[in-house]
Amino acid sequence: MRAEPFGALLYHFGTRKLSFLKNRTILAVVQSLADYPDVRAACRAAGVDDAEQGPYLHALGVLAGSNMLVTNEPKEAA
Amino acid sequence: MTSVVPRLVEQFERGLDAPICLTWELTYACNLACVHCLSSSGKRDPRELSTQSCKDIIDELECMQVFYVNIGGGEPTVRPDFWELVDYATAHRVGVKFSTNGVRITPEVAARLAASDYVDVQISLDGATAEVNDAVRGAGSYAMAIRALENLAAAGFSDAKVSVVVTRHNVGQLDEFASLADRYGATLRITRLRPSGRGADVWDELHPTADQQVQLYHWLVANGERVLTGDSFFHLSGLGEPGALAGLNMCGAGRVVCLIDPVGDVYACPFAIHDRFLAGNILSDSGFGTGFGNVWKNAPLFRELREPQSAGACGSCGHYDSCRGGCMAAKFFTGLPIDGPDPECVQGYGAPALAQERDKPRPAGDHSHGRRSSGPVPLQLSVRPPTRLCNESPV
Repeated sequence: MRAEPFGALLYHFGTRKLSFLKNRTILAVVQSLADYPDVRAACRAAGVDDAEQGPYLHALGVLAGSNMLVTNEPKEAA
Repeated sequence: MTSVVPRLVEQFERGLDAPICLTWELTYACNLACVHCLSSSGKRDPRELSTQSCKDIIDELECMQVFYVNIGGGEPTVRPDFWELVDYATAHRVGVKFSTNGVRITPEVAARLAASDYVDVQISLDGATAEVNDAVRGAGSYAMAIRALENLAAAGFSDAKVSVVVTRHNVGQLDEFASLADRYGATLRITRLRPSGRGADVWDELHPTADQQVQLYHWLVANGERVLTGDSFFHLSGLGEPGALAGLNMCGAGRVVCLIDPVGDVYACPFAIHDRFLAGNILSDSGFGTGFGNVWKNAPLFRELREPQSAGACGSCGHYDSCRGGCMAAKFFTGLPIDGPDPECVQGYGAPALAQERDKPRPAGDHSHGRRSSGPVPLQLSVRPPTRLCNESPV
C-alpha cells in the first residue's frame, strides 16, 4: 500500500490487481484495522460516525473480497 | 473502491508521488527488427547504463515504493546482466514484468521464472498465425514466441502474458489470440499501435480502419474481463457508454507513467521518445537533481503535464469526459495539435486533420539495424602512405 495525496494505491502481487483508496480517511481506517476489534470501531476512531459508515464498510468489503484485506490469523505454535 | 469515476481520473491527472506503470527500456539492442518498434531498437547504444547505475535506479524505485517495473527494450534479455538485475529488483521489493520476444526463454530459464513469485513474463506476438505475425516481426519470430510459451507452460509458470499490438491485419484474429493465450495458460493483452519509433513509418498502412475500431471496441466490451489493455484504448470510449471500457481512461504521460530509457533519459511515456517529452536524465543534473526520484517529482515537463490541460478543440464535444482527447503521442507523431482530436477520434474529428499537409516529428533516436547513422561518423585517419600513386584518370 502506498499513500498518495488523494488517498492510497494498493497492489496485490498474487492477483496483480491494483486498487485505490479514494480519501485519506479510509486510508487511516485501513492502516489502523489491526489495532481495533472490529471495523466499526476503527471507523469511529478515524472520525466516521456509525451513521456515515455505509460507504466505508462497503469499500472495506470490496477490498476483503479481492484479498487486499486479509484476516490476521494467529500463528500456529512451532 | 476499485471502479474508476471521473473524479479519480482528475486526481490522477494531477500526478502521483510515484509512477504506477513505469516502463524501463534496458537496452536498444534487439535480435529482431519489428517494423513498428516504438523504440526504433536494433543496435546497442554505447552509452547504455552500467549494471551499477541500474542497481542505483532500483534502489530509488524501492525507496519510492514503486510496486513493479515493466522492463523492455529492445530485447532486455540480451543484456548479460539481465538476470542479475531482475534478482536485485525482486530482492529490493520491486516487482518485475519483462517484455520479450522469447529468444532466451529456454526450458532452464522457464524453470527459474516459475520459481519466482515477483517476476512476470510478457511474450510479444502480433499475429495468431506465423503468416500475419512474421510480416511485422520477421521470419521465425512466431515460432520463437510459441516455443517460449511452451517452455513456460511446461515449467509450470502460471499466467504469462501474450502481448499483441492491434493492427489492420490482426484485428480479425482477436478470438484466435484469446484461444492461443488459453492454450498456454496465459492471459491475453492487446494494446494500441502508436505512430512512435519505427511505428511512424508504417502507421498509415497498419493502424486499424474506422470500421475495425468499432469491431475492436465491441470485442473489448464483450471480452474485457479476461483481457488486459494497458489502458490504451480509451480513445475509443466515445463509441459507447462512459465506463463501458474498464481501466484508467486518460493519458498517463508524466502523471502515472513514464519511461526510463537505456541511457538514463526519462521521457513522459514510452511512446513519446522525443525531446519535446524528455523530462531529464537520471545521471546528469538539469537543475532539479539527479536520480529518478528527483526527475519524477521535480522535472518542469512533468509539472507542466500535471497542470490541468486545456481540452482545446475537444472542449465542445460531449465525449471529452470519457476520451480526454485521446493519446498525446498519437497526436504528436502524426503532426496533429496536442489540444485537439486524436488521429483516430471515433467521431471522425481527426480525419480532416490527417488529410492535410502536416509536419511529422521524427523520433529522438534511431537504433535500427542497417540504418545510416544520422550524426558524424568518427574516422580514424591512416598514416600509411598509398601503395601506388593515384591514377588521375577518373575511368
